[in-house]
Amino acid sequence: MTALEQLQAANPLFWILGLPLGAAGFLAVLPSWRLASVLNVFISAATFAASLMLFQQRPAPSRLLFIDDFNIYLVVLTAFVGFTTALFSAAYIARETEAERLSPVHLRFYHSMYQAFLFTMLLALTANNTGVMWVAVEAATLTTVLMVSLYRSREAIEAAWKYFILCSVGIGLALFGTTLVYLAAQPVMGDGADAMAWTLMIGRAAEFQPDLLNLAFVFVLVGYGTKVGLAPLHAWLPDAHAEGPTPISAVLSGLLLNVALYALLRFKMLISANGQTLPAGPQMIMMGLSSLFLAAFMLYRRGDIKRLFAYSSIEHMGIVTFAFGIGGPLANFAGLLHMTMHSLTKSAIFFAVGVITQNTGTKRLAEIRGLTVSHPVLGWGLVVAVLAIAGMPPMGVFMSEFLVVSSTFATQPLLAVPLILGLLLAFAALVTRLQGLAFGTPAATRGYGRAGWLSTTLAYVPLWVHLALVVVAGLWLPRPLVEWFETVARMLG
Amino acid sequence: MLQQFSYDLAHLIGATVLMAGFGMLYQRRIFAVLNTFAFQAFALAAAAAWQAHVQHAPHLYATAAIALVFKALLVPFALHWLVERLGIHRTVETALSIGWTMIVGVALVALSILLVLPVTAKAAALTRESLALAMSVVLLGMLMMITRRNAVTQVVGFMALENGLILAAVSAKGMPLVVEISIAFSVLVAMTLFGIFFFRIRERFDTLDLHYLETYRGDRS
Repeated sequence: MTALEQLQAANPLFWILGLPLGAAGFLAVLPSWRLASVLNVFISAATFAASLMLFQQRPAPSRLLFIDDFNIYLVVLTAFVGFTTALFSAAYIARETEAERLSPVHLRFYHSMYQAFLFTMLLALTANNTGVMWVAVEAATLTTVLMVSLYRSREAIEAAWKYFILCSVGIGLALFGTTLVYLAAQPVMGDGADAMAWTLMIGRAAEFQPDLLNLAFVFVLVGYGTKVGLAPLHAWLPDAHAEGPTPISAVLSGLLLNVALYALLRFKMLISANGQTLPAGPQMIMMGLSSLFLAAFMLYRRGDIKRLFAYSSIEHMGIVTFAFGIGGPLANFAGLLHMTMHSLTKSAIFFAVGVITQNTGTKRLAEIRGLTVSHPVLGWGLVVAVLAIAGMPPMGVFMSEFLVVSSTFATQPLLAVPLILGLLLAFAALVTRLQGLAFGTPAATRGYGRAGWLSTTLAYVPLWVHLALVVVAGLWLPRPLVEWFETVARMLG
Repeated sequence: MLQQFSYDLAHLIGATVLMAGFGMLYQRRIFAVLNTFAFQAFALAAAAAWQAHVQHAPHLYATAAIALVFKALLVPFALHWLVERLGIHRTVETALSIGWTMIVGVALVALSILLVLPVTAKAAALTRESLALAMSVVLLGMLMMITRRNAVTQVVGFMALENGLILAAVSAKGMPLVVEISIAFSVLVAMTLFGIFFFRIRERFDTLDLHYLETYRGDRS
């Protein structure tokens, strides 16, 4: 067997998890930040390549890790956005360092934590054990808390503190829910790891005690829901997005919220498979709608550009939770599509916002004007991205929102009314904001010095790649992808 | 006979953890809060060790050791040192009066007993009562986080909440990964607390009272 064949024969999961984990350790001791930011890109690219290998060869589920139709696409999406964000991050970090806002020691720590964060998210997605998944989500909280406080400003520390307190309590409650699920499973599955394995539990969920599952789901919903950023547990989210470095805002919004929602959905699958519990749907619909409304109204009074888009993330996670709450093949399909589209679009927006704040030297919305005039490529990129996230056709977000609305009409017509109202409110807020940002006479800038061509390209390529994907997905989804979403939508029940 | 004894002792230790949870609520001085917390962590270590013995699960001894060394000794000492070193107010600043806090605490315990006992009717007696105790400890920890303003007491509240979670996890018969979970919590608290916050907050504000942090409330346009 040649070396290449051996490499291919190895379980891709070991590469997917091993690369970022090893890199987290290695980058922590690497003294040169420039080299670290290049390595960060290459390792993320290798992780993405390894995740693509999953399509060819799906590993058999083990006690700790597994891949099924549902998590495979989230693993690939996470690795992909992790890779594009690493590209953007290289450009962003270079300019921040030139402007002397970050010191080399910070950066060493930053790159190490970036890879550790990717590792924890990928582990949470592939874990075949509720306990391992919980530990991974907890570790993801830890790495992001440390990254949010990176700038050491008063605001950053407060944001990190708030994030730590709220999300620690959240994941604490999620652990209580996890313990309760174990207690429900243990009489049926016996002691030990079997009673925590997703692949084994789902088959015998009907025999679990429904009362315990009910109680457990409340804790899981509140616990992981805090991390998804669902109202009224969202208070950490805008601060953490606004005060951390912008690449971190991109991965927080684009990836971490998805991972938390994935954890919630796994538990929901268990609840649906049981069949005798209270339905999980209404609770999720309620939280989804309240997030949508809260965020839609909050969008109007924002003064800070990163907070604006953080609230937009709350809005979209609300829509996705709502869709999964409605349930059924069509709504689940819409929810999955919306999760994907939101990840791609929102991280693209944060890529643009990162460059904007560096070019203009401010995060205040009132002080940013006329971007299409002063920075055409960037400005129009922002216009496309914001129109996409607001749900304008022909972009992918429009399609998924349209599907959410139409599936709601089909099953619960009355619920469609508040849904549409919330969507319109948010749409109007974003479009109003966009006009001020993109058009008019540019404001006098007090940003950092002009960026070199390399860092400009590095920052713009991921932005436009994401936008291209979102536009293409709105016009045409490849047949295999649709079939695949349909399979997963049926799995979710 | 022996089974009855092991049940009684587990119950007694669990109740001690809960009592310490109440004890923390009525302290007016930070050092007293820290001592009570150390006592609670000590009781938790005893609970974990007893469960390790009863369930014949040697890995739970590791959980007990973590609780004893990290929570009952290291964290209280470190916090004690920080409070002295940084010259933080020695009195607990409350957002809700102590009397009311106690009343709410009693209501929370009643709530968790009423909630847990019916839904676990089929589970073993020890499990269900430990679970009710654990949930009470969790809720009391949350109450403490809500009603105390100071960063130190908030962290202690979070760790009291975590004690409740570990109590639930060790009482669930045969639950795997309990050790890993307690390590994960310890790392989270240790890194956040000592790696980042106390030194940075000191750098920036010269105080650990969150009240000062709250003058900045994010975005006001």
